[in-house]
Amino acid sequence: MDRSARAGTIATLLIGLLITFGLPAYADPFQVMQMTLYVVLAIFALSLAFIWGVGGILCFGQGVFFGLGGYTFAICAINFGGSTGAFLMALLIPAAVAAALGYFMFYGRLNDVYLGVVTMVFSLIIWKLINSTAGPEWHIGAARLGGFNGIPSIPPLNWPGRPADALDPLQVFQIAMGLLVIVYLAMKLIKGSRYGRVAIAVRENETRAALLGYDVPFVKLVVFTFGGLVAGMAGALYAANQAFIDPNVFSLEMSAKVLVWVMAGGLSTFVGPIIATIGLQYVALFLADHKLMNSQLVLGAILCVLVLSLPNGIIPALQDAAAWLFGRTRLALAGRAPAAARKTAL
Amino acid sequence: MTGEDRPPLLEATHLTMRFGGVVAVNSVNFRLAEVELRCLIGPNGAGKSTFFKCLTGQYQPSAGTVKFRGRDITGAAPHQIARLGVGIKTQIPNVFNGLDVHENVRLAAARGVKTRRMIDRTIAEVMDRVGIGDLSSRIVGTLAHGQRQLVELAIVLAGEPAIMLLDEPSAGMTNEETARAAAILREINRTTALIVVEHDMQFVKMIAHTITVFHQGAILMEGPVAAVMADPTVRDVYLGRRAA
Repeated sequence: MDRSARAGTIATLLIGLLITFGLPAYADPFQVMQMTLYVVLAIFALSLAFIWGVGGILCFGQGVFFGLGGYTFAICAINFGGSTGAFLMALLIPAAVAAALGYFMFYGRLNDVYLGVVTMVFSLIIWKLINSTAGPEWHIGAARLGGFNGIPSIPPLNWPGRPADALDPLQVFQIAMGLLVIVYLAMKLIKGSRYGRVAIAVRENETRAALLGYDVPFVKLVVFTFGGLVAGMAGALYAANQAFIDPNVFSLEMSAKVLVWVMAGGLSTFVGPIIATIGLQYVALFLADHKLMNSQLVLGAILCVLVLSLPNGIIPALQDAAAWLFGRTRLALAGRAPAAARKTAL
Repeated sequence: MTGEDRPPLLEATHLTMRFGGVVAVNSVNFRLAEVELRCLIGPNGAGKSTFFKCLTGQYQPSAGTVKFRGRDITGAAPHQIARLGVGIKTQIPNVFNGLDVHENVRLAAARGVKTRRMIDRTIAEVMDRVGIGDLSSRIVGTLAHGQRQLVELAIVLAGEPAIMLLDEPSAGMTNEETARAAAILREINRTTALIVVEHDMQFVKMIAHTITVFHQGAILMEGPVAAVMADPTVRDVYLGRRAA
């Protein structure tokens, strides 16, 4: 990471901390829960931004891992009577499912649009499956799956190991923010690491990466599994925050929305998808609240305008604008300068 | 330099590749010694590229074996073969188009357990050898075709291979670039074995000692440049009457 990129990361972290501890003082509990929802969805968006932006894996069914995280949390929390183990399971199960699905896709050499089709069909299968579990005979332990009615009364998050001490909405918000910051930072570090650079190489040209001796299917599998884990984490927080989950988390709408957020924010950044998620979700809620217009229609229009005018997304466009203003090229901002310096030393 | 007196670096025995009813490579026996330079020529569809892809693991041969320094590598994945020290330059340059030249070469130099200093030294050395130091910070996708060929050559070299397989390295190059590529290959050949699949006979004359001629999936002839070029059968199937 060069200096300007590091400054950007630190600025993002500071803003994150400021929001975590500052903003809730001015908000009532309902607003805090609303903000928690935005943060949770931002974590979900990061999971896709990582596998798509870094790994080049276009997943049309990222909602599956989000939904699995939510359902796993709900079922385990109801059975265990606390959130600690349930939260861990909600990381492990989606990651394991992502690893299994990824194994067949990547070692089966599926690519591009085929990946999209397989992940989309997979999410439809799970959606159908969960929708058809309405009867009382469909239960896991004490948790009834509830079919299209969903699972109500999901226990809230509690202090680790102390099931009786439920967290209040403000604490849940702060934990969600903390996790968002950790996920953001982890992804930044991975992207700049040796492993991340290999993943980017695989995204750029799989054949060349393999001919250099890199194990392409394995690299993609690890990226995809990590994405599944992060999406599962978001799903668990979602279920805990709403105290309710239904099969719509597996719907195409859920998986499509997150694609839109990532695309609008900018595929090549992590901050972009976070900002786009919160912004677009706020607009959607505002429109729905005030019954001004069909929110889907407005979001569709926003997406069209963004794709046509800022094809790289909001944040990369802002970076370009800043580079133009300060008379530097975008390449210099993106960290190409050190390579040029090395050349002259050569 | 036919390689009979040295242990084989690469050896293919009865290598066969079928696509449905088409036999693209038919029971080919091929030996290459350490530090040998071999050119593969032949008309379109003779099976050169298929044979090449069987050696590199991009295709799984239907029958026969491929051995690298006595070790059976038949059917191994491309990345496993690459790790043994087999560097491959493909026909259409396979480079990381979205990354700059330096990062392209770095990715090749950094595979395996290496210190940062070793990696930096390899990069500097390779850039110098291929003569693309001045392109270091350019995005590869924006370069001309001939320059991208050189970048790919640098990438393959940075992996420090024991053998390099090159599929039409001079394709799309200007005359000047072709001469430079030939000089680079001759220089590389001082330490590294080379198999070059090539169409351009001028280029082959510039670099080759021994030539293997493919025709209809089998080896038609193998021998020194002058003998192969003078052979009437070879001239009939491949060179045509125009070439002298």
